[in-house]
Amino acid sequence: MRWRLALLALVVAAPAFAVQPGELLSDPTLEARARSLSAQLRCLVCQNESIDESDATLAKDIRLLIRERIVKGENNEAIRDFLVSRYGDFILLKPPFKASTLLLWLSAPLTLLLGAYAIYAASRRRPAPVAALSEEEERRLREIV
Amino acid sequence: MIVEAGHFALALALALSLLQAGVPFWGARTGDPTLMRVADGTALGQFFFVGLAFAALAYAHLTSDFSVVNVEENSHSAMPAIYKFSGVWGNHEGSMLLWSTILAAFGALVATTGGALPLRLRADALAVQGLIGAAFLAFILATSDPFARLSPAPFEGRDLNPILQDPGLAIHPPMLYIGYVGFSIVFSFAAAALIEGRIDAAWARFVRPYTLVAWSFLTLGIAMGSYWAYYTLGWGGFWFWDPVENASLMPWLAGTAFLHSVAVMEKRDALKVWTIFLAVLAFSFSLLGTFLVRSGVLTSVHAFANDPKRGLVILGILGAFVAGSLALFAWRAPLLRQGGLFAPISREGALVVNNLFLTTSCATVLIGTLYPLALEQFTGQKISVGAPFFNATCGVLLLATGFLTPFGYSLAWKRGDLLGVAQRLAFALACGVATLVAILAATRGGPVLAPIAAAIAVFVMLGAVSEVAARGFRGRAKVGVALHRLAGLPLSFWGGTLAHFGVGMLMLGLAATGFGSEVIATMKQGQTLTVGPYEITYDGSRTQPGPNYQEVVADLRVTQDGARVTTLSPARRNFGARKMSTTQAGIATLWLGQLYLSINDLAPDGTLPVRLYWKPLVTLIWLGAVAMALGGALSLTDRRLRIGAPVRARSSREAAPA
Repeated sequence: MRWRLALLALVVAAPAFAVQPGELLSDPTLEARARSLSAQLRCLVCQNESIDESDATLAKDIRLLIRERIVKGENNEAIRDFLVSRYGDFILLKPPFKASTLLLWLSAPLTLLLGAYAIYAASRRRPAPVAALSEEEERRLREIV
Repeated sequence: MIVEAGHFALALALALSLLQAGVPFWGARTGDPTLMRVADGTALGQFFFVGLAFAALAYAHLTSDFSVVNVEENSHSAMPAIYKFSGVWGNHEGSMLLWSTILAAFGALVATTGGALPLRLRADALAVQGLIGAAFLAFILATSDPFARLSPAPFEGRDLNPILQDPGLAIHPPMLYIGYVGFSIVFSFAAAALIEGRIDAAWARFVRPYTLVAWSFLTLGIAMGSYWAYYTLGWGGFWFWDPVENASLMPWLAGTAFLHSVAVMEKRDALKVWTIFLAVLAFSFSLLGTFLVRSGVLTSVHAFANDPKRGLVILGILGAFVAGSLALFAWRAPLLRQGGLFAPISREGALVVNNLFLTTSCATVLIGTLYPLALEQFTGQKISVGAPFFNATCGVLLLATGFLTPFGYSLAWKRGDLLGVAQRLAFALACGVATLVAILAATRGGPVLAPIAAAIAVFVMLGAVSEVAARGFRGRAKVGVALHRLAGLPLSFWGGTLAHFGVGMLMLGLAATGFGSEVIATMKQGQTLTVGPYEITYDGSRTQPGPNYQEVVADLRVTQDGARVTTLSPARRNFGARKMSTTQAGIATLWLGQLYLSINDLAPDGTLPVRLYWKPLVTLIWLGAVAMALGGALSLTDRRLRIGAPVRARSSREAAPA
């Protein structure tokens, strides 16, 4: 715990300068892949920051690791799987879809559906709307307007 | 002495708030107008004494009285006066005091402007407001005393967190709190309506001005916080779905939903129960936000000086008010009579859909924020819920809400004509589709949602313009007639239009973030790099002292096709007292886009690590929010909404026959 606090202090000490110039890959396509992958991964010792945004040493190590593996030709899936096997789901800023996160992922669609049903039910409970105007009334109304 | 007087004033305020909670409530139950009128005096008195306490703490900070713990921990004698002052709320105790001051200010506002309100409603509302005030004042006095002394007094303070030494701290928290706490008054009115078991369109008219004030400030406060993060973090991020940001977004979403449903209630006397529920919800989220930020349950960038024990007390306050009001709601809401019928395709129907989407977004933010906590508590599993999750859920929901906005705004009350509306919006819709096609043709890769967001943004903005045009040129009127008609439209119409146009601006700004350019590099002196349409040349750097820091400033010359545009001077500041550094980005606003340059510490070989960004249309994000807030302010100035207006109208009508 202590080392985490120390790291935290380091993070606060230097507001995110994140990816350093020396870390970048020379191939722009590979680098773009590394960046988009980094943005999806949590800096494990920070407060809700992706490793792409973080200044922590650990974040830097993971950034370098990702680039190493990209250069080796591994695909994004493989790199992500490796990191999850090492650090757990905690590293994914977008939690995986599985039993324990089912409620989380279904929260938005379920709320929307339940809400829509509630509105439908509420509208059914209403008394019938006032009868439409008769032809005679319509005519009079047109005259007045 | 002044500090002790502040402490005493706080205790007096607590006593007054207890009176304010008890006496008018008793008066309202026994029908005694004298007791009910006690509400006004106690509300004003509470505000006076809380204000006095706040002034005393501000005095201690401004005079750098380090015998006060709060000052010693959060201030430094060399700080500029503005940061000494804003440092008052740059810590837990002071920010809770600011919270209570604003809470009392809203009570005082009702006491002074609420002359036209029914006496019983005012008495009950102020009693509830007094109860909230009492809870928080007691909390401050018992657990977060800002006036505690230190003996012996040290010579120097420990300095304010350098990240907080920024004009942002002077503006962001007060605005945010006016918004957050402003919803307390709406909550109090809702509770008063529930206690009476009666509510009507007049109630909606009474609370609307307070809602508009709270909502406009909350909008500005969130936008200001986002811009603050943007310019201080050094890489131009402006929204992180950080738990604390989410905590401010939830009341905003619920408040926005309330603002729309209260309009239905005012105009059509419908959706009463739902509106009351939203009023309770909006302030519950404000309380939840306060709990999340102040308790340290969540780690976040805002986590300065928090303490789990205090968190427990706030959780108690939160639980008592939320559970109390929900119980009151469950008990009394069935008494509220529903009025105003409407067809599904109508302005009301559209606003119901708007509310559905906004509350679903709100629920998603809530669940996304709390789910990791709950999961870890119950199963020990640790997961992260970050930006990619919220973008994929809330982002999509809010885009859909945006897309539906122009339809709702163009539909007539009671029974609308969807085909007519579609025809009216055809031009805006066509422009939106054209935007989508143009972006897809011109760009490759990039975020999937960006072109869609841009298209919807264009549709929303032009949709607002179309509505203005349709109102003016109805029946193919001539230009003169149209202008005359438009001049006659109520200010609340213009406010709504401006706010909806602002939504479009905001979305366009967000969409444009997908099309910026970024260069991360080390620069040698004299070297030139290209970012977006500009060339950046590194002319050299210098070290200079600030009031309580040392800074390294780099001069970066900006040119476009060789023509000089400007020179930016991003800096790294080193604060000795806390051994911390901050980044001052160099920002130039060019049209609606910004050139954003930031530097890191010089490398040993004298080269400069830089991050250079061209962010097209990025200012629209905050200008959109400002437009929304201005829209709120414009609606507020509408004469028909002034609380005094109905009284004048009634008295003149009564005078006529006599």
